[in-house]
Parts: sequence; structure tokens; C-alpha cells
Amino acid sequence: MTLDLARDIVDLTVEHLVLVGVSMAIAIAVAIPAGILLTRRAPLQRWVIGFANIMQTVPSLALFGFLIPLPFIGGIGKHTAIVALVLYALLPVLRNTLTGILGVDPAVRESAIAMGMTGRQLLFDVELPLAARTILAGVRVATVTTIGTATIAAAIGGGGLGVFIFRGLASVDSMLILAGAVPAALIALLADGGLGWVEKKFSPA
Amino acid sequence: MSPLVSFRNISYRVGGKDILRDFSLDIDAGETIVLLGRSGSGKTTALKMVNRLLRPSTGAVLVEGTTTTNWDPILLRRRIGYVIQEGGLFPHFTVEANVGLVPRLEARPPQEIHARVHALLEQVGLPPAQFAARYPRELSGGQRQRVGVARALAADPPLLLFDEPFGALDPVTRVELQRQFLELRRRLGKTAIFVTHDVREALLVATRIALLHNGRLAVLATPSEFLKAQGEEARAFLSCLDLTVTPP
Repeated sequence: MTLDLARDIVDLTVEHLVLVGVSMAIAIAVAIPAGILLTRRAPLQRWVIGFANIMQTVPSLALFGFLIPLPFIGGIGKHTAIVALVLYALLPVLRNTLTGILGVDPAVRESAIAMGMTGRQLLFDVELPLAARTILAGVRVATVTTIGTATIAAAIGGGGLGVFIFRGLASVDSMLILAGAVPAALIALLADGGLGWVEKKFSPA
Repeated sequence: MSPLVSFRNISYRVGGKDILRDFSLDIDAGETIVLLGRSGSGKTTALKMVNRLLRPSTGAVLVEGTTTTNWDPILLRRRIGYVIQEGGLFPHFTVEANVGLVPRLEARPPQEIHARVHALLEQVGLPPAQFAARYPRELSGGQRQRVGVARALAADPPLLLFDEPFGALDPVTRVELQRQFLELRRRLGKTAIFVTHDVREALLVATRIALLHNGRLAVLATPSEFLKAQGEEARAFLSCLDLTVTPP
């Protein structure tokens, strides 16, 4: 029994990490380019940030529920869970990309342009390196939140450590709930510490 | 010989406000033109039109005989050194990387850039052994400004723009840097356009002073002529020289 439980914990932890990893990879791949684009399109900022804000306010259980009837992205299973997790992770990364780049000292930006940098050089040699810390802080917040939210994925058959929690709730078994909650909390702490360390590697501007 | 820079009937309007009105000025190679004026007189606006950070609403700015709007802006800017207050240095680059930026953008060979950067740091009075590897935050204001000057000189541009370069420095450092500016000018013979609101600085560094008032050219004179200028705005600036401090 305990051996079975241990093996289940390992399996579900791996599944949980995959859910979080895939969701974060997609969220980063979408939100950072979108944030960069928004710094060049000021009128769009309100709309996109507004959309991301609304996504953030939808209760997670409800969002997972809403997605089930949708074609393609919806249904039961991992992919629906990932869609929901991505929607949650977008905002912190997007907002920090935007504020990080817009926060670059205007004198530095003007110098870069006056030195004859192209738009691409300005972005990759000046704006992104100077915004890196802020962007990473957004990634860190999004990752930690996603690790927690991913436990709800089990409600729509997404798997992960939430399986223990829901099973424990159904059978009023606190040990089972802890078997899901403790590893999830540990992963969150580790991710927070690890990403925090990476963040500090980037010298403050 | 045609002028190196020529402002032709420039006006600049933004938000219904005229920043510059019918401003014309020819600048020959080798001159140091000081654009002198109060805050909001349009002097920085005029300066930024030379490297096309701004474009005139009407009129044209010619650099080496070609309108700035017909220049490739990247090419134009790499031929013009630009120095601003506090240097505008890249905080994430070392002194060496800051100074070597334009040659690096031009894809010069690394050894050549290295040699050039070290020679320039020497010239602006920052021994490379001591300063090349530092970051801007590890420098004093005066040192940052020197790095800014070295960076502007790196690609050996024929023209340099200075936007109140010494405005944020303490008086002693300011005088040191003004002296160094004069010495570099004597040695390199560059053309410079220099924006300041400090009439002493203008008289010290200029070959000609262009006084701007409410977006118009009020006086254009050599420093010695400027001292005798009669216009109201010129007198206002010259009166700053008369201040005598009486201890209580």
C-alpha cells in the first residue's frame, strides 16, 4: 500500500510537472512576443491587458468548466487543462514584459537610437537585457501560480497531483489530500527559489 | 564650400504649440556652434533634427548637402556623435562596451575596436586599465560624461552633437570637462553643435553663439560680438555674468 502510494506520488508529480512545464512554455512563447509587440502598439495595450486581466479574475474551477463544451480547445483531458493554465499564466508574463521594456530609461533608449541602432538591435541589445529581470519576475509569479492551479486540472481529467486531492476530498481522507498538497507545495517552493536565483543573476540596471 | 549642416526655415509644431519658428542657420566644418537659450526655447529640438530624432514640420535640415529625410537614418546617425546629460550610457555594458558600441555595430574587427577604445579612454583622461571593465554605476557623474564623449568619438564622426552635456555636473567637474572639450576640439578639429543654457559655457566653448528665444533665432554672433549684443534676450543672458556675490 505505501509502496503503491509512493509510486503514485512519483507518477502524478511527473504528470503535474509536465502540465506546468508545457503550459508555461506556451504562455512564455505567447506572452513575451505579445508584450514586445504591445510596446510598439500603445493603443492596443488597454485591450490586451484588459483581456488578460479578465482571464485572471475568472475562478479557476469555473474556467475549467467553461472550456469543456468548446470544440478543439475544450473537452475532457490534459489539453483542456493546459489551455486554462496558459490563460492564467499569460497576464503576469505579458504585464511584466510590457512594464520591463517601457521602464527602460528614455535617455538610454534615445542614446541607442542616436548611436544608429536598428529597431532589432535596440530590442535585443538594450531593451530586453534591461527588462530581463522584470520579465523573469513575471515568469516566476506565473510559474508558482500555475503549479498551484494545476491541481484543479484533475477536476476535468487533466491528471497531476490534484488527483490525490480530489480523491481525498471525495473519501474524506486527509492523508490522501496531503499526498497531493505537500508535493505541490514543495514544487512551488523549489520553482520560486530556483527562478528567484536566476533572476538575481541578472544584474540590476 | 557648402555648410556641413544647414537649417532652412525650420518650424516645429507639436500639440498646437510652436517650438521652432522659421529657424535658419548654416554651420561650417570645424565650427563649434552653441545653441543658447532658456528652457523651452527650442534649442534641443533643433539639435535633435540634425540626427533625425525629430523631423521638422516645415523646412529642411541638410547634412553634408542632403536633407535628413533623404538620408538613411541609421547611416546618418552613425556619422554623428551624440552626447547627452549624464552620458546616456548603457547600464548593462561595461565602459569598454559602451565606448565600442558604434564600431561594433559597424562590425569592425575586435582588435581594432579594442585598440580604438583604449586610445579614446586615454584621451578623455580615464586610464583604460582602471576603467575599461567598470560599469556606468561604478563611475562618478564626471567620469560617466567622459565615457559619453569617448563613445561619441568612437566611430570618428565628422560631426558631434552635445545636448547640455555638462548640465548635471558640479561646478568644478564642469570646468574640468569644458577644458577637456576645448583641448579635444583643438586636437581633433571636429564640428560640434552644443546646446546649453549657461552663457559662461557658451562664451567659453563657442566659435559662434546662436541665441534662441521662443523658437526664433534672436542673435547669431561670435563670443566677442555676443558680449556687446543689444537685444533684450541677449542682455538677459549677459546679465547673468554680472552677478557679484556680497557676503553678508
